[in-house]
Amino acid sequence: MNLNVDETIGHIKEAISVSEKNRGVLIYTLQRVQQEMNYLPDHAMKMISEKLGIPLSDVYSTASFYKQFYFTPRGKKIVKVCTGTACHVRGASKVMEKLESEFDIKEGKTTPDLSMTLETVGCIGCCGLAPVATVNEYIVGEIDSAKIEEIIEAIKAE
Amino acid sequence: MPAKKPTKTSGIKDLVIRVCVGTGGLAAGSQEVIDEFGRQLKSYGIKADILKKCVNKTGCRGFCAKDVLVDVILNGKSETYQLITPENVARIVEEHILKGEPVKEWLVGPEYHAFHDKQTKILLKECGHIDPEDINAYINIGGYEAVRKIFPLETFEVIEEVRASGLRGRGGAGFLTGLKWDLCSKAEGKPKYIICNADEGDPGAFMDRSVIEGNPHSVIEGMIIGGYAIGANYGYVYIRAEYPLAIHRLKIAIADARKKGFIGKNILKSGFDFDIKIKEGAGAFICGEETALIASIEGKRGMPKAKPPFPAYKGLWGKPTVINNVETLANLPSIITKGAKWFASIGTEKSKGTKVFALTGKIKNTGLIEVPMGISLKEIIYDIGGGCERNRKFKAVQTGGPSGGCIPASHIDMPVDYESLMGAGSMMGSGGMVVMDDTTCMVDMAKFFLTFTQNESCGKCTPCRIGTKRMLEILTRITEGKGKEGDIELLLELGNDIKLSSLCGLGMSAPNPVLSTIKFFRDEYEAHIKEGVCPATVCKALRRYTVSAELCKMCGKCFKACPSAAVTWEKKQPAVIDKTKCIKCGACYEACPFSAIL
Ligand SMILES: Cc1cc2nc3c(=O)[nH]c(=O)nc-3n(C[C@H](O)[C@H](O)[C@H](O)COP(=O)(O)O)c2cc1C
Ligand code: FES
Repeated sequence: MNLNVDETIGHIKEAISVSEKNRGVLIYTLQRVQQEMNYLPDHAMKMISEKLGIPLSDVYSTASFYKQFYFTPRGKKIVKVCTGTACHVRGASKVMEKLESEFDIKEGKTTPDLSMTLETVGCIGCCGLAPVATVNEYIVGEIDSAKIEEIIEAIKAE
Repeated sequence: MPAKKPTKTSGIKDLVIRVCVGTGGLAAGSQEVIDEFGRQLKSYGIKADILKKCVNKTGCRGFCAKDVLVDVILNGKSETYQLITPENVARIVEEHILKGEPVKEWLVGPEYHAFHDKQTKILLKECGHIDPEDINAYINIGGYEAVRKIFPLETFEVIEEVRASGLRGRGGAGFLTGLKWDLCSKAEGKPKYIICNADEGDPGAFMDRSVIEGNPHSVIEGMIIGGYAIGANYGYVYIRAEYPLAIHRLKIAIADARKKGFIGKNILKSGFDFDIKIKEGAGAFICGEETALIASIEGKRGMPKAKPPFPAYKGLWGKPTVINNVETLANLPSIITKGAKWFASIGTEKSKGTKVFALTGKIKNTGLIEVPMGISLKEIIYDIGGGCERNRKFKAVQTGGPSGGCIPASHIDMPVDYESLMGAGSMMGSGGMVVMDDTTCMVDMAKFFLTFTQNESCGKCTPCRIGTKRMLEILTRITEGKGKEGDIELLLELGNDIKLSSLCGLGMSAPNPVLSTIKFFRDEYEAHIKEGVCPATVCKALRRYTVSAELCKMCGKCFKACPSAAVTWEKKQPAVIDKTKCIKCGACYEACPFSAIL
């Protein structure tokens, strides 16, 4: 795991103190670690705490504040159903219900075989295509029953 | 392909074809249209530039309802076609390009012109027209001229110019940008920082994302101008992690600007140093609030602080900091190059310039629009938006997202500016505009927004943490048909208390959607509570589930959909629902194509 994040803060490192600098890269470090490991395991959290000189409780306190961080492993396919205003008005809840019942998991959870994680997201900026969901990086818009089936099949194919 | 007769192509001096390309594979066959144009033109031996535009379906013309849109620009004269398929291409080439006679019946109709004629584009002008990943494209249209222009000036002169333009913050509160800069430039402490707020968390808004994706350099240039004016050498862009394309383009733009010497040390030999870093958010709506945003950049929990001290005096790492919204910053290059007078000539007395709105909800033309301040709601909804979907009755529009309020149809002539919106109990906010028709339940809508804010409450102050929770409980029971006498009064009392006593803007504005819907649609609340009816038939628990014999077309879809055998139906007979067996699941209601189930 690469925790050498000093250079990424660029010129700004000259202007602030060491402890502020360590604190300043904390969230970035968490993001990097999660990107690499797909979630934040305990041992990584301990390592971050030691390397940056920030108490472990404090590292957890910060990480748990943000929705982006996870402390349990996540699925291979991450499905995020947009529940923004436009998607809400155009039936996002039906999309959610269908996926929940198909995979027998609740929002925010991962299937036991780690094939997929089901989440919601607030407006991803494609309201014109509502209702919208993302499957990993891929955006699926104007979801109707046929498109839900496509999503389901794509996940099951994994 | 049969050999084509040689045709005169000498009349074609300059031909550009632009095709709208939507998000990966979504736009119906735009790539096929492009390929077909390529084939056809080649067979005639005609040279043309075939360009893709609107690569991400936002930030362009915002008229995505009529895809695939094609511009044919022949010898400088532009015509736009709508709903084009590959089969249409041959005729366009033959009649329009070779004979100079556009195919009239496929040209965009009056609604396309209405959509554009009422708009004034400053920020979105170049979006979709220039390649956002090519700095030269931006420079060719006069980009970075403003940076050249400010360096000979004293910093106070730059601030004065911005103040004279009357530009107000587009991030919500509408604070005068020139004044904010002035305060920060005079504040003591070094170094100073400028932060671009691109956290755009309003669930129904994508203006900032589109500006960054469509024209990232305008934001960077705005930051350089701001940095110079207040004396900051460091800039941050705090951007939502959910916007990967925007982040990608911003990274390219910053790297290119550094290569060209617009950021870095001693910019254009002016002696001014400036550098920009991107900070990705980690998923918290509250981090759009400026003090919470600062805490987040510092690596802490993103919780807001009491103001004062304002960030202009004590901001990032305790140093003077200016935080501006993306749209605010993107306005600056034009203000500097075209002058404060020009900018101040657009808009109303107190609200200058244009505002970008994300027009969504139950409206015909959804999309991004840019209008001069002071335009009426009516012009936005009917002329630009084309009215409600399926010509339903317009009921209300929510502005300002979860912090704003709804404005009812009776106020449709109201001008859209900061003061008028405030006066109506809503706010400008970041620019989400959600249109509702008579099939929208206002109690449900208020509940939707409050669910959002309650979820995003950071928990630091009690009124917001617990107050919004109690309000949500009351709203939930009303929508479930368990509302009590006195609930409306309780909501009003709680709402006003939360507004007065919360720590930050989130709590201070969270009750707005509830308060404004009670103000204008109290009868709907009362119908839920007293009569147990949801007038828009949205709240499931309050639907009666009876079949209207008049509307029923006897198709039997409800019969097939019912999971509990509560529907009896035979061919050529209207369906009947047995109340004792009905579990109120709503399956029949969804299945009915004729809205015959009440
Ligand atoms: C809960 C909350 C969320 C906010 N979210 C945003 C946001 O997403 N983008 C933004 O520019 N401003 C947001 N603001 C407003 C900022 O606090 C700040 O006023 C603004 O960025 C200042 O920039 P401006 O003067 O250019 O408008 C939010 C405020 C609150 C209270
Ligand atoms: S509300 Fe779903 S994309 Fe905007």
